Amino acid sequence: MSIYLLLFLEFFKMGALTFGGGYAMIPFIEETVMAHGWLSNQELVDFIAVAESTPGAFAVNIATYVGSEVGGLFGSLCATVGLVLPPFLLILIIAKCYEKFKESLIVRGVMLGLKSTVVGLIGATVLKVGYDVLFPAGFAVDSFFGTELLSANFWFIIAVFAVMLFLLLYKKLNPILVIVLSAGAGIVAGYTGLISV
Amino acid sequence: MKQKLRLCLQLLLTFMKIGVVTFGGGYAMIPIIENETSKKKKWIDPDDLVDVIALSESTPGPISICAATFIGYKVAGLLGAFCATLGVVLPSFIIIYLISLFLRQFEELKIVRYAFLGIRAGVLALLIKAVVSMFKKSPHNIVAYCIMAASLAAVAFFSCNVIIVLLSAAVIGLCATLIMKKRGREL
Repeated sequence: MSIYLLLFLEFFKMGALTFGGGYAMIPFIEETVMAHGWLSNQELVDFIAVAESTPGAFAVNIATYVGSEVGGLFGSLCATVGLVLPPFLLILIIAKCYEKFKESLIVRGVMLGLKSTVVGLIGATVLKVGYDVLFPAGFAVDSFFGTELLSANFWFIIAVFAVMLFLLLYKKLNPILVIVLSAGAGIVAGYTGLISV
Repeated sequence: MKQKLRLCLQLLLTFMKIGVVTFGGGYAMIPIIENETSKKKKWIDPDDLVDVIALSESTPGPISICAATFIGYKVAGLLGAFCATLGVVLPSFIIIYLISLFLRQFEELKIVRYAFLGIRAGVLALLIKAVVSMFKKSPHNIVAYCIMAASLAAVAFFSCNVIIVLLSAAVIGLCATLIMKKRGREL
């Protein structure tokens, strides 16, 4: 299959099946880009930060970026159109019979399942991303107690993570500021020799 | 006809503006969409806008796309829906495409590599925050909790396919709701 058709179809699938927007899409994206080897885990995490600090819908940003990385300008076009098409068509249909749709017991039932599963799916992503961020070289008992537990990078990441989580949950800090502050912490720690890359 | 074309052009420009000024997408966009389409342009009634958001939540795809398509359609039919959707997508498409051209070279710089080490920790915190807010918005009953736990375990520990998990959750949610309805109770 041509790479353009593949991009279109994969993102069409995501556009048709992700409810709740943005972050709900990440488990999907992760599975897809891993299966095709389009981006590494680390590149995906880095791009989440880029998507969060640029305007527009998160899902569109990711589609455009993955498309461009894999298939240039035409690739990004295929991925983005694929993503947008399912909601576009569906809304056109629903706009005509909106009242019935709203009252429907079937819609309510399906939504109960989908809204709940999204929480679990993102939870699973947190575990995966957390593992990759904390143990970039993979986790092994020997090396963990031997070197990682003593490494400055490991504790630096834990500290930044804890502070940012606190600021997000209790101080309602803007996500862009979280990224700017985390980046600043990394730069300062890097140039003072605290961490190494 | 001429008037309709002008309306479409306005839709395109307004939604481009919405696409440029909203960071983080999703819910951050709602107040801006409200301001532009309901307060300034009187395209849609504020009460209807609440419905649009509820509708966007119960259909797949990004909220901004759903809202743009719906409002565009209400204002100027199919062409309006097309213009509004194109408008809201275009800015991020252009910006991200340009970024994708040089992000990899950029990542080689030492200062950027330091920055990203911090950023990865920050992204992890953002993801947890996303779980917390999704949890708050999701239904709170025993069926919902079971679906959450089961889907987390299925994907994290048994590497199940995400589509299969989504479809099973939809079927379980539907069955549970219908069964409760038959017994005269609500979930």
